[in-house]
Amino acid sequence: MNTAAKKTITVRYFAMFREHAGVAEETLQADVATAHDVFEVTRARHGSEEPNGHCKVAINDHMADWDSPVSDGDTVLLFPPVAGG
Amino acid sequence: MMEVTQKAIDPAALQRSLANPAAGGYCAFEGWVRNENEGHVVERLEYEAYEPLCLTEGEKVLAEAKEMFPYLEARCVHRVGLLEIGDCAVWIGVVSAHRDEAFKACRYIIDKIKVRLPVWKKEHYANGDSGWVNCERCVQHGIAD
Repeated sequence: MNTAAKKTITVRYFAMFREHAGVAEETLQADVATAHDVFEVTRARHGSEEPNGHCKVAINDHMADWDSPVSDGDTVLLFPPVAGG
Repeated sequence: MMEVTQKAIDPAALQRSLANPAAGGYCAFEGWVRNENEGHVVERLEYEAYEPLCLTEGEKVLAEAKEMFPYLEARCVHRVGLLEIGDCAVWIGVVSAHRDEAFKACRYIIDKIKVRLPVWKKEHYANGDSGWVNCERCVQHGIAD
């Protein structure tokens, strides 16, 4: 993490992440620079034991990479490994 | 066109919607709910999707397929909610001037849909347990279909 200022980030959890967290969405104040940082600071909430490469992330309803920067006020969507079809 | 629906998928109606006088070939794939997975007897499946990104990501997949295998029309419908054994969970149909593009585009679309759309499924087992299916692991082990 390369920023000292805490950001307000809304985090949305889906499927198994939501069930583990017990909430679908929460807002947190955290010292985070990237989507990966958000995944790490919420690891106890989503409970993933997977490397985050198996999961997907979106920022403000756009698919993103784990090294995508997050800004104050962003909504970060944490997706467990998908299983469509 | 990519769609997500809570209603039962009607393959015959979807096929008719793709009618095109320039089409010489039609290829469809239907994914059905089966009664077994990894040794567990499955009674039903529950699909969850994040629809806004399913639609945008699904449209990207359809556009990629059209770029590689120029087809005339294609539709993909993914069901969400509680599904019973034998229900159609996903339907893909492609029409093209010749069969090769239809086959290849259909295969490309289902393969990408399974790994890129934010869709999750929870299996409900005969013994009362339930569990989320981890597709990435299935793919790695070569047991997904």
